[in-house]
Amino acid sequence: MNLLGELSWSAIPFDQPIPLGASVAMILAVLLVLGWITREGYWPYLWREWITSVDHKRIGVMYCVLALVMLLRGFSDAILMRSQQAFAAGGSQGYLPPEHYDQIFSAHGTIMIFFMAMTIMIGLMNFALPLQLGVRDVAFPTLNSVSLWLTASGVLLTNISLVIGEFAKTGWMNYPPLSELQYSPGVGVDYYLWALQISGIGTLMTGINFVTTILKMRAPGMSYMRMPVFCWTALATNLLIVAAFPVLTATFAMLLLDRYLGFHFFTVDAGGNMMMYVNLFWVWGHPEVYILVLPAFGIFSEVIATFSGKPLFGYRSMVAATMAICILSFLVWLHHFFTMGAGADVNGFFGIMSMIIAVPTGVKIFNWLFTMYGGRVRFHVPILWSIGFMITFALGGMTGVLLAMPPADFVLHNSLFLIAHFHNVIIGAVVFGAMAGYNYWFPKAFGFRLEERWGAAAFWCWFVGFYLSFMPLYVVGMMGMTRRMQHYDNLSWRPWLIVAGIGSLVILAGIISQIVQLVVSIRNREALRDVTGDPWNGRTLEWSTPSPPPPWNFAVLPQVTGIDAFWIAKQTHAREAARPQRAAPAQPPDYEPIEVPNNSATGFVTAFFAVVTGFALIWHIWWMVIVGVIGAVATMLVFAWREQEEVEIPAEEVARIDREYHTELAA
Amino acid sequence: MSSTAVFGAEPDVAGNVSYVGPAPKRIVVAYGFWIFLLSDIVMFSALFATYAVLAHADAGGPDGAQLFHQSRVAIETGCLLLSSYTCGLMWMAVGARNAGATYLAAAVTFLLGAAFLALEASEFAGMVMIGATPERSAFLSAFFTLVGCHGVHVTFGLLWLAVMMAQVATKGFRPMVERRLLCFSLFWHALDIIWVGLFTVVYLMGAR
Repeated sequence: MNLLGELSWSAIPFDQPIPLGASVAMILAVLLVLGWITREGYWPYLWREWITSVDHKRIGVMYCVLALVMLLRGFSDAILMRSQQAFAAGGSQGYLPPEHYDQIFSAHGTIMIFFMAMTIMIGLMNFALPLQLGVRDVAFPTLNSVSLWLTASGVLLTNISLVIGEFAKTGWMNYPPLSELQYSPGVGVDYYLWALQISGIGTLMTGINFVTTILKMRAPGMSYMRMPVFCWTALATNLLIVAAFPVLTATFAMLLLDRYLGFHFFTVDAGGNMMMYVNLFWVWGHPEVYILVLPAFGIFSEVIATFSGKPLFGYRSMVAATMAICILSFLVWLHHFFTMGAGADVNGFFGIMSMIIAVPTGVKIFNWLFTMYGGRVRFHVPILWSIGFMITFALGGMTGVLLAMPPADFVLHNSLFLIAHFHNVIIGAVVFGAMAGYNYWFPKAFGFRLEERWGAAAFWCWFVGFYLSFMPLYVVGMMGMTRRMQHYDNLSWRPWLIVAGIGSLVILAGIISQIVQLVVSIRNREALRDVTGDPWNGRTLEWSTPSPPPPWNFAVLPQVTGIDAFWIAKQTHAREAARPQRAAPAQPPDYEPIEVPNNSATGFVTAFFAVVTGFALIWHIWWMVIVGVIGAVATMLVFAWREQEEVEIPAEEVARIDREYHTELAA
Repeated sequence: MSSTAVFGAEPDVAGNVSYVGPAPKRIVVAYGFWIFLLSDIVMFSALFATYAVLAHADAGGPDGAQLFHQSRVAIETGCLLLSSYTCGLMWMAVGARNAGATYLAAAVTFLLGAAFLALEASEFAGMVMIGATPERSAFLSAFFTLVGCHGVHVTFGLLWLAVMMAQVATKGFRPMVERRLLCFSLFWHALDIIWVGLFTVVYLMGAR
């Protein structure tokens, strides 16, 4: 028996210059960062303040950093694909061989959906939710840290596949029978499956954590109909995670059993049914779309209300629309494969349900428009992204309704028209929403605002680049070009694909602007400093705390009396101050000692063993699987026997820090 | 204040129902665990759906009527349901802070669970012996996965119960241990609910 399972030197792509170059560059970048941290002596600080932190704000920031790094990875895949398709027409084969090109489109989809879009949304929810709810942390802080590090494990495994072995060549949906052992004997599909199983457990635990937090932990007085809309959309998203992710886990488990133990769930022989995978995958996959987009809707609601200086128009209809989408998202999965041939009545039902989803979404668009109408809109960077979203998303929604018609779908299925459609809604809503949220909450997280001119430049490059990249794909899709082509003979497609390639370079300029924006902002942080904690004249509770907030968020839990609790408090305060004779001076609040959860290495150590186990399973190194599982169980037991769960911050300390903030505020 | 706040919604002076504040930890933990159980049941529902689709895809191999023995499954069911009852007794003993009764009820629960597992293992072994392995057909793949997944849950439950008894022994009935025992009993009862569905869909409907 080989001690290293199926792992050997041939797993490293010495003979392929592009993957090898990318691997070396990635390893060098990682080593450079690690070396810099070591030289500066930041390890103890990182370990104490970040890696073992169970503070939801720190965890949220780490999620966002992870997602932004993965945006770079996923985007470099996109540039490779666009340039390949711009070159590889007619007699030219381009520069990417099919085996490599197939891995690139699979990795691009997997990384962008799971490790960029979902990760950044979970990061923003982590950061903002407890602050908006007016509480001190999520329901299960240590579990939250475990979730983060399991997501990071999935990211690590996916990126290891670049250096050791290969990634899936099956597309990001990983359909059988192509993904079965018979047709994909390599480790690529196993990397995909184990990376997503591990990070999926993390995501499920996030869902459980946030649902419990929103339903059971809110500031006094915050009844459901007083919650900020972002909290509502986050509730819907996390309910979807709880209801949809277990299906994905079960589906992947079945495919793993097929591949590892010779089961026959999705095989072509012995009664297996590959369309069952497709059905189960999309029972998860369609709700996943709303898992991504609902938090973005919440961010736009907050941003548009804040920068219009008005309460959100139609709060109740917004809540109803959110929950309607939450339920309807489970009734449309079949529109991803009308061509399965389920029959006219079944296709008709799912087509109509898909069109109905456009109704609550339309309600939302009108609510945002009416919120801006008559308001004094301040054109900061977050609102630019929001307006760009409304235009782009409305367009993407319309092509979606078009695809919801089964007869049209039979023609456009798996064409670049579909690719253009879902990038239209996912970039237009999820990426734009994430960027709006990033610019909006950055000052709360770090105590200084992001520079505006580079922020605006980033927006315009993304906005223009998006249209240049994807409008041509609608056209070639209509002309009959299918997705995932490494090479094509129809030369009439080529001009459109060259335009799309140029568009991706404009988006690249947008990403570079964002990096410059961050660097410039850090350099000028003194000038951009936010001393008030309320840089945008905000409406919700997160803006009532200092920037950055103390570990316990609120020295005294706020008393909520209506929607936009902080806005009401500011109005009341202003009225009090305007009175000629003020009543007795405001009483100093009643400070009490606060219990803060202890730091914990559980998440990091569990994730370490998860990576060991995952890697060993991928390469069939069975002794290492046992080591990894024992390690993870031991970590859990150590955690179960810990003596002290929380440290108490004395009331005097809380009072001192809170007074400092208020003195600074008055000055 | 958060730790002592009254849980639930109470009318304020104007008669509006308003929310009092964060719930106490015991409520939060049990609620979160409920949500986890729901997600676990959703996972089982995917396996149930798969089994329903593949129940007759036996590829010319043995089918349920040839393989299932009602009497053995009846005893299995009896063991599991009884263990839920003793698990309830354990929870009462915990409430009474009676360590001896807690250990006793836990031991009976453990033994009944182990008996259930032993019967299931012998059923699986018997099937494998006559060539009815999961590699034989899609029906058998679905059967072994659905029933086996429940069995893995029971196994995990037994390990958890053993760990909890060690916690009672080393840490006593402190609130943290009590919360975990509450979660364990919720888990154990949920496995019963799943078994009832499984018994019906797999063994009763499959015997025809």
